Amino acid sequence: MNLPKLPIGDWIENAEGWLEEHCAPLFNLVRTIIGSVVNVLHDVLLYCPSIVMIILLTALIWRIGKWRLALFAFVGLFLIDNLGYWEHAMETLAIVLAASLFSICVGVPVGILCARNQAVQGIVTPALDFMQTMPAFVYLLPAVSFFSLGVVPGVIASIIFAVPPTIRLTNLGIRQVPAELVEAADAFGSTPNQKLLKLQMPMALPTIMAGINQTIMLSLSMVVISSMIGAQGLGADVYRAVTQTKTGQGFEAGLSIVVLAILLDRLTSSIMKTNKR
Amino acid sequence: MPVIEARQLTKVFGSDPNKALQLLNDGWTKERILKESKMTVGVNQASFTIEAGQIFVIMGLSGSGKSTLIRLLNRLIEPTSGQILFKGRDIVGMNAHELRQFRRKNMGMVFQKFALFPHRTVLQNVEYGLEVQGIDKKKRRQMAGEALELVGLGGWEHRYPDELSGGMQQRVGLARGLANDPDILLMDEAFSALDPLIRKDMQDELVQLQSSMHKTIVFITHDLDEALRIGDQIALMKDGGIVQIGTPEEILMNPASPYVERFIEDVDLSKVLTAAHVMKRPETITLERGPRVALQLMREQGISSLYVTDKGKKLIGVITAEGASQAIREGLALEHIMVQSTVAVRPDTLLNELFEPMSATPVPLAVTDEANRLLGIVIRGSVFAALAGNTIPEAGDAR
Repeated sequence: MNLPKLPIGDWIENAEGWLEEHCAPLFNLVRTIIGSVVNVLHDVLLYCPSIVMIILLTALIWRIGKWRLALFAFVGLFLIDNLGYWEHAMETLAIVLAASLFSICVGVPVGILCARNQAVQGIVTPALDFMQTMPAFVYLLPAVSFFSLGVVPGVIASIIFAVPPTIRLTNLGIRQVPAELVEAADAFGSTPNQKLLKLQMPMALPTIMAGINQTIMLSLSMVVISSMIGAQGLGADVYRAVTQTKTGQGFEAGLSIVVLAILLDRLTSSIMKTNKR
Repeated sequence: MPVIEARQLTKVFGSDPNKALQLLNDGWTKERILKESKMTVGVNQASFTIEAGQIFVIMGLSGSGKSTLIRLLNRLIEPTSGQILFKGRDIVGMNAHELRQFRRKNMGMVFQKFALFPHRTVLQNVEYGLEVQGIDKKKRRQMAGEALELVGLGGWEHRYPDELSGGMQQRVGLARGLANDPDILLMDEAFSALDPLIRKDMQDELVQLQSSMHKTIVFITHDLDEALRIGDQIALMKDGGIVQIGTPEEILMNPASPYVERFIEDVDLSKVLTAAHVMKRPETITLERGPRVALQLMREQGISSLYVTDKGKKLIGVITAEGASQAIREGLALEHIMVQSTVAVRPDTLLNELFEPMSATPVPLAVTDEANRLLGIVIRGSVFAALAGNTIPEAGDAR
């Protein structure tokens, strides 16, 4: 038996073409918003000379919590500066922060909707599976055709790849609030929004923060991939080193990414802990 | 007017509750419906009325539907059919907004596992119900503080629930339930998670609170002793239906079915029944009468002692047959032979506390009220009869 091949690829390309044609104003708007957020973050991070910024960041981390982390931040950031990657590191940080920011803005409300509505959860869960397992390169292509080359499609790809943990853990955190507490809130006449703000969100916060932490880490892991479509930063350095087989340069840039990753991870998890009560 | 009136209240969990309802009307049992249609009958046509100021205890074993029933009252669980009237207002027909207002203003609830919000302080827990009403901070802080004073937790406002013992946590739960000054307090196995000594303290305090605040309380329990100790009315549930409603004494003395009988067979009656249940109408005499009249009275009634009261029924003393004979022989008045140091008990004294005073006096025990008025007398025979589970003659009218 010879079944004809399903033309899924054609469908997708048709859809892509249609969207490109009809939704251009929307895409332009998104590009403007994301682009300006990244630019603002970028400008803020590079506003002061590197050494001033290093001291400022170290002092900030000191205030939030542990001196060990502050020490690591100082040494690590100084190393990045010393290797000559300061500017690129801040570009990467701006992209990661922007992607995380948009992921949180989208992810937390979607997670809340999932927790409230079984049907929404039924639709969103497989969509998240799809987003996380579909190789990221695949949606780089439509991202480029909608948003053209540069930093914006990189941020979009990062959001698609990184938003699932925030949605999943927001949903989980709210659903994990013990049924008897929800019942108590109902028994005293709470509206659904009061229940959400006074009981469910505060109790789900540690779980949601764990999701946000994952989201930040995942968007950091996307920087190399986004560099393939023209996003600047450390990812571009790594990509260049790979294409030119420069092991030493690749290692230096990679090390800078690791320093950023550890800093972001420890910082968000220490915020998580201080938020417990 | 009753505070709560439930009519034919039914809850079926499952795919097609209306069909199950039809089957129930056709006389199917809960088991048969579960077996053949996979639907669970939670509450089966329960009807009852709760009067203002009562502690109405719903008791039954686990799975009897009592927790479902109490949740039908504030619609945490939606009834499948039937009516609930709150002071004549239909609760089942309320829309979401009306129901919320009703829960905020008229009902309080206390939960088995306390259900305190762990991220809020004691004070913030207690004020929760006021906060969702939109009462301003100063006012609600004050009301919550008063509720905490009421349950003896003044000074603990700024602790978190996990810093408190179980008994104290449930006091917080109680304060939270009382903070909005509700008409009805629903208590779902509120003391079951506490250890026995603390549980008894809480029961006593609840009864005290109730008598000072006149709240209507619906109390769920699986513990018969608890039900008997605090209940004004007890509704006994089995398989989702109510098998008997009555005062503790009615249930103990006239069990409606073999099931109820089996349920109460291990009850220690001496810890439940009080002097009021076993006392008889006293034969009395006033001091103006002479010893001959007294002796004559005793002969007629076949008794060997008489209590002496004044015209206001106040207890003065007791005279015995020997004393009266002696007075006749020696020409004395009643007051000379009267024994003034009589042993008297209050009507709410439990039977097991009567044994000691009874053994200390040869005459029947006097039962008096706070103003020392003689209400009745307790003779040994009626105590034994009551403990043997027999109906006590005159128990009703002597009260």
